[in-house]
Amino acid sequence: MTSQIAPALMPLRVRGGVWWLLGAFLVAVMLVSLSTGNYQVPVNHVVGILVSSWWPVEVTWTPVEARVVELIRLPRVLIAALVGASLALAGAALQGALRNPLVGPQIVGVSSGAALGGVLALFLALGTAAVIGSAFVFGALAMLIAYSMARVSGNSSPLTLVLAGIVVSAFCSALVSLLTYLANPEDSLPTIVYWLMGSFATASFDKVWVVGSVLLLAGLPLVLMRFRINVLSLGDEEAQSLGIPVERTRWAVLALCTALVAASVSVSGVVDWVGLVIPHFARLLLGPDHRKVLPASMLMGAAYMVIIDTLARSLTSAEIPLGVLTAIVGAPIFAWLLRQSSRRGALHD
Amino acid sequence: MIEVTDLGYRHHARSPWVFKHHSLSLKKGEVGAIIGPNGRGKTTLLKALLGLIKPQQGSVTFAGLPAYVPQGTDTSFPYRVRDLVVMGRARTLGLFASPSRQDYRLADEAMARVGIEALANRRLTELSGGQRQLVLIARALASQCDILVLDEPTSALDYHNQNRVMAVLEQARNDGVTVLFTTHSPQHALAIADSVLLMFGPDEYRFGPCDEVLTDQQLARLYNIDIRTLPFEHNGQAHRAVVPVFGSMA
Repeated sequence: MTSQIAPALMPLRVRGGVWWLLGAFLVAVMLVSLSTGNYQVPVNHVVGILVSSWWPVEVTWTPVEARVVELIRLPRVLIAALVGASLALAGAALQGALRNPLVGPQIVGVSSGAALGGVLALFLALGTAAVIGSAFVFGALAMLIAYSMARVSGNSSPLTLVLAGIVVSAFCSALVSLLTYLANPEDSLPTIVYWLMGSFATASFDKVWVVGSVLLLAGLPLVLMRFRINVLSLGDEEAQSLGIPVERTRWAVLALCTALVAASVSVSGVVDWVGLVIPHFARLLLGPDHRKVLPASMLMGAAYMVIIDTLARSLTSAEIPLGVLTAIVGAPIFAWLLRQSSRRGALHD
Repeated sequence: MIEVTDLGYRHHARSPWVFKHHSLSLKKGEVGAIIGPNGRGKTTLLKALLGLIKPQQGSVTFAGLPAYVPQGTDTSFPYRVRDLVVMGRARTLGLFASPSRQDYRLADEAMARVGIEALANRRLTELSGGQRQLVLIARALASQCDILVLDEPTSALDYHNQNRVMAVLEQARNDGVTVLFTTHSPQHALAIADSVLLMFGPDEYRFGPCDEVLTDQQLARLYNIDIRTLPFEHNGQAHRAVVPVFGSMA
């Protein structure tokens, strides 16, 4: 694919050039995000504040700037990056394992299940830890139900799995609507509605640990399985004839993706579109090989989410819900990507 | 070595048998051909004996590692030819492993054997049907299999490429690989097969040495059309040409 991308990117054919660029882009985006907001902090101050935690440097910034950057913005930017990386990685892996470039985490029922879990906890006014736990449990449960529905005589075809996921999603969405309808308009309703639309406003270092450790524990094995995912993407019979235990491998991929998505939803609410759009970007840049698409999706998803969150909190005086922005930005980008990839043959013939 | 005994398969418990009581055996380094009309279950037979679908009766024994070459591949992700061929190594790679340099070396060798080195960096979607079939054969060879099972490996190929595939199969045989393939061309069976399986019906088949099984009568019965095998000589060797008499009904 590198031969097919825009000539402007040709210098990137230097060994590893794309990875350095993606990494540098992510760091730059995070620094800009840390400096942007109602209280503007110059980027060189941001760098100084971050470096000063490990290395003594001359203090050129005010204590207020240090507090804004370290306590308010840093956890938020980190969470945005981790959630973006998790969702994009899960999307890329699911697209490969289900042999369908058009599925996203919401398709297999995980997102809706996690949303239902979170809303239930908010409805019962159970507190933050319960929201995270409940979103996680219900997300996993939804995926299990979808998977067992799709499983006929020991085998599950990707198509029936997608259809089962849609059924489970619809059911969960109905229950979410019911809870929203029943919620107390004075008290729990606004919390639920706001949470459902997604936000990093309540970011804290505790939540950073939640998403960060899940990304490490579930994301790392998933990235390592990248070649297996390539083989899976050929189809069940072919993968099996190549000596891969298809059913077990796909099950492992689904379980790991569920963990990633559920963890993300539990800390940030429902943020659709990232898992669908970013892997397409990665494929456009690097070709369809999952050995490149999975890590690239993580880097690009992280950068994308940080950009979106920065826009969400700085475009207007009030915060725009993330889910709204990712859809408004994501849907047209996706439409454009679809045309691009079919023109360049990245998607199909 | 392949030993198939009394194999039977049907899609559901109540549906009719696609085939049953089918037996065949090939020794190490032998070539077998499976011939039958469209829809008789050639592909199903291959899948059942490879365990890709579960046969309801019978047993299959492979002495060694089998590799399968399907009729075509249909993936939503247009991988490069070299990356696709190296997937033949998947069986030897652990859950978290990616192919090593050694694996890529075997993939390159396999591509050279089939004569598609030049296609290494092309995408599957840019290739013709015939080229794709050669890619799939290379992928199977990259697995260093002892048994090569191919589903109509020559169906999309012109005479030049058919010749190439036959040469590849012959070379595999000479390397001690047991080869089993389905075909619509009895001529291919005559050219390289030691034994032939003719699939007449669900529980009627004939398996035996090429010369005994591939007769005018059997072929006419198989396809319900007059078929003649005409002797000719080439480079001092006796050959037979299979000629269907179109317009005739046996």
